[in-house]
Amino acid sequence: MLLKRLSEACGGPGKESVVRDLIKQEITEQNLADEIICDAIGNLIVKKDGTKSDGPKVMLAAHMDEVALMISNVEKNGLLKFKPVGGIDLRILVGKSVYVGANKVSGVIGAKPIHMQRPEERNTPLGLNELYIDLGVRSQEEAERLVKVGDYAYFTTSFSEFGDNLYKGKAFDDRVGCAVLMEVLKERYEFPLYVAFTVQEEIGLRGSTVAGYTVEPDLALVIEGTAANDIPDSKEHQQSTNLGKGPALTMMDRSVIPNPRLVSEILKVADEHKIPVQIRRGTQGGTDAGKIQGTKGGVPVAVISVPCRYIHGPVSVMNKNDYNNTIELVKNFLKTLEQRGGVL
Amino acid sequence: MDIKKFLCEMSESPGISGYEHDLAQKISENCPWADETRSDKLGNLILLKRGKDDQNSRPKIMLAAHMDEIGLMVTKIEKEGFIRFSTVGGFDQRVLLAQEVVVHGKKDLPGVIGAKPPHSLTAEERRRTVSIEDMFIDIGFDSFEKVSQYVNVGDLITIKRDCLSLQGNYITGKAMDDRVGVAVMLECLKELAKREHIADVYAVCTVQEEVGLRGATTSTYGIVPDIGIAIDVGFGDMPGIPEYDSIKMSNGPGITVGPQVHPKLHERMVKTARDWNIPFSPEATPSPGGTDTYAMQVTRSGIPTMLLSVPIRYMHTPVETVDYTDVIRTGRLLALFIAELDHEFLEGLKCF
Repeated sequence: MLLKRLSEACGGPGKESVVRDLIKQEITEQNLADEIICDAIGNLIVKKDGTKSDGPKVMLAAHMDEVALMISNVEKNGLLKFKPVGGIDLRILVGKSVYVGANKVSGVIGAKPIHMQRPEERNTPLGLNELYIDLGVRSQEEAERLVKVGDYAYFTTSFSEFGDNLYKGKAFDDRVGCAVLMEVLKERYEFPLYVAFTVQEEIGLRGSTVAGYTVEPDLALVIEGTAANDIPDSKEHQQSTNLGKGPALTMMDRSVIPNPRLVSEILKVADEHKIPVQIRRGTQGGTDAGKIQGTKGGVPVAVISVPCRYIHGPVSVMNKNDYNNTIELVKNFLKTLEQRGGVL
Repeated sequence: MDIKKFLCEMSESPGISGYEHDLAQKISENCPWADETRSDKLGNLILLKRGKDDQNSRPKIMLAAHMDEIGLMVTKIEKEGFIRFSTVGGFDQRVLLAQEVVVHGKKDLPGVIGAKPPHSLTAEERRRTVSIEDMFIDIGFDSFEKVSQYVNVGDLITIKRDCLSLQGNYITGKAMDDRVGVAVMLECLKELAKREHIADVYAVCTVQEEVGLRGATTSTYGIVPDIGIAIDVGFGDMPGIPEYDSIKMSNGPGITVGPQVHPKLHERMVKTARDWNIPFSPEATPSPGGTDTYAMQVTRSGIPTMLLSVPIRYMHTPVETVDYTDVIRTGRLLALFIAELDHEFLEGLKCF
């Protein structure tokens, strides 16, 4: 299953090559594109010709990178110090196993035994000063034969079915978006379609800035895995999205106010095809749409997201129906775009 | 039999204090060196390897390593299907967030201890640890009704952590404390199978150590050994722990001194290690409450006891890490110690 392979692939910001190669190989083998470009900063831009030679130029985007840890020092005792790349709550790191570097060297992030702690220590989160990765070596020399400063470390989580019609795995933000786009690419539409698998979203929407400029689209949709905060003790308005209630449409976040007409057209498509949708509550976070919107003279954009619990952590959880409905919503929107007069 | 591989299997198996039965079964099926295997009423698993002496004069050596692990227990199922829990044994609340778990209900159900995404955390929240009563487990069912088909209050929960090989002979997993001790006993019995020994060796996989040394109390009473040796894990050297409070990793076991250790046993164990060039670290434990040694020592009219500690890092976290070379060394040291025992030495233990 492609979503499983995408979830288990490791690719932090600036080091997306494993994910990129996986997507490229899949597109080539299944003959899903008419042109594949890899640009100077690593975006993979895929063009699929339309059945008609003209029409609006539509861009879809999902980012390939995931949050990760970067090795910042190899200590004399062989332990590795690290820093987060992208937004990670440091409190979730302790007691996890990780893969370090391109060769996926196994390591663990441990903590001082509870027996040796003062009671007040247990109420203080461990910071970067106390945390390190242990590869099971005893010296700097041994460690440096295996890893180097600048290598990334990733969670070792495996993808699997979960609970009632759900999946669990790592990096659903935004491999689920990549997987949705791969499904969308399986069909041909009336107009030329550009699908961008972007880099470095997690550290400031870097890839989409460039991809937007290259494609220069007439309109763009960004497909994301967004936070579902439908968990105990979080009030309804704080929940952002709920699992199982369909793809989420963004009305506003820190990076973008999506084009209102585009959003209402997507809502119409959902309504006509009986696809459940939800409006994302709250305005936290940002997406590639923020940068694509500002390309050249401006681009109308919208963001459609698959709700995922516990994102930016070792294990996220998402609903299968939400995933399939996101694919359906995007496909149906694209198929009916012409009859809607290209929206704009 | 590959005992290292079996240690990984043991570490991955559930066996929370009071619920060690399935694990005991697994261990008894994987010890070809025992002449006799039995369990007592509390669930301690006793692996007996007989000595060569006449039945009436055979001394009894008891080895004790606890097979129970710390874990979690269901306390409430919320309306929306989330599970609240408490701990069985001592967990640092900070290591639980975002862990994968297995809820042992009517069937085993995978779960996740949920953590808010960083996007919706306030600066204030990041500075505080999440306390266990505020945590919850998500098993992917969205109502009390669906969850309670499979899960009840009181059901146990273990951390899901595949055993992972690190560099060299290092391995990491959720329950090295004290399955490492069980592996040491197996290594010892395997080594003894190649040697002659006068004593009957009772290798006891004890229960309920983590909640108060309860299994060692009853099993020692039943066996009445001449010597009791506990094998437990000790604090491996790591940043944040002073050198004087830890045992060097990859340097053999810690041989403990303290009030719970019989001085002559200690002296003899150190001599055996030196004679056979087995590395070890001295470990001073003035307050000896934390291992089965403590329970064995005061059984019946008193038992000469001692403690070997295998250093592990990150004790009571889901990534307990051990150098398997230390397990082999500890098992070998124990076997050599047992093989060299004679009646004269055992007599001498009764007076200081």
